Amino acid sequence: MAKKTPGLNTGSMADISFLLLTFFLLTSSINTDQGIQRRLPPPLAPEQDVPEMNRRNVLQILVNMNDQLLVNGEVLTDVRQLKNRTKEFIANPTNNPSLSEQHSKYIEDLGENIMVSKGVVSLQNDRSTSYSMYLSVQNQLTKAFNELREEYAQQNFGKSFDNLSESQQKGIQKIYPISISEAEPSNYGGKK
Amino acid sequence: MEGKNKMGRFKKTGEKGVPDLNMGSMSDIIFMFLFFFMVITTMRESSLFVVIQIPKATEIQKLEKKALVSSINIGKPNQNYIKKYGPEPRIQLNDQFAEPKDIVEFVEVEKRRRNEVERTMITWSLKVDEKVKMGIVTDVKQELRKASAFKVNYASRKDIKR
Repeated sequence: MAKKTPGLNTGSMADISFLLLTFFLLTSSINTDQGIQRRLPPPLAPEQDVPEMNRRNVLQILVNMNDQLLVNGEVLTDVRQLKNRTKEFIANPTNNPSLSEQHSKYIEDLGENIMVSKGVVSLQNDRSTSYSMYLSVQNQLTKAFNELREEYAQQNFGKSFDNLSESQQKGIQKIYPISISEAEPSNYGGKK
Repeated sequence: MEGKNKMGRFKKTGEKGVPDLNMGSMSDIIFMFLFFFMVITTMRESSLFVVIQIPKATEIQKLEKKALVSSINIGKPNQNYIKKYGPEPRIQLNDQFAEPKDIVEFVEVEKRRRNEVERTMITWSLKVDEKVKMGIVTDVKQELRKASAFKVNYASRKDIKR
C-alpha cells in the first residue's frame, strides 16, 4: 500500500482569505452613482434667435439668492407645492386659458393622435442660489412629469409605467417630455 | 466505550474533551464573502480633495454603466487643502483641482479614453456639495455644453420620506 499522504493544515487559509477580504473592503466603495438625469441643450449659435413662445405656454420659475421661489409672479412658500403647479400647468384638464395650450400630435409609438401640451417650464436661478435648492426644484419638476406619465399609463393601459412595453414607455415619454428650459442665471447676489 | 454508552445514555462518560472544530470550510466561507464584496463594490477611483455632502432627492435614477460615468466634483477643499486654496468651493477633476475653463480639456481626455461608439454615451455626473452656490455649477454646465457633453447627472442620495 502506498504511503498515506499527510493532511494539509488548512487552518491558516482562513486567515489569508480574511486578509484579502479586509483589503478589498478597504480599497473599494459600494456607492453606486445615482441621481437626477438631465440633457443639457446644445450651445446657442450667436446669430440664432430665441424662439418666441406664447406667454401662456411658459411656466416661469424663478429662484432668488435667498432660495425663495416665484412661479409665474406668485410666491411659493414650500417647494413641494411646485409639483402640483407643474402638473396642473402641463396637463391643463379644464382647458384654462391661462395654462398651457394643448394640441393634437401623432405619436408613432402608440399609433394615434393624442393631445399634447405645448407648455415649457422655464427655470431661472441666481448665481447665489444654493445647489440643494436647485436640486429640490429639479426634483419636484421630475416628480411632476413622472406622475403625469404614471397617471397616463394607469388610465390608458391599466398598468404602472414601469411595467409597460418599451414602445409604450417611449410613447408616453413623448406625450410628456421633460421640457425644462434653463435660462442664463441672474447675478443679483453680488460677487461671483 | 460502546457498551458503557448504551448502558447509561445520559451519564457523562468522563474524559471526553471538546472535539477539534474542522476549520477547512472556514476559508471557503470567507472566500465567498470576498467574491461577494468584489462583485458588488468598485475600486475607489481617486481620493477626494473636496468635502462633498450630496443633496437628497426622491426621483432618482441609477446610472447603469459604471464605465460610462465620469465625475466632476465640486465642494469646499478639505482640511488638508483648505489652507492652500481657501474656503471657496473648487472643482476637482480626477486627481487635481481645476478651474471651469479646464472642463473642455477634461471632457476631451475622458472621451479619448473610451472607444468611438461609447463616446456619446458618457454620463457626466456632477457631484456637488449641497451648500455650494449655483454660480460655479452654472459655469461648469456652460463649459460642458461648449464641449458637447450633454448627458448630465446631478448626483443625489435617496430621500426615504416622500
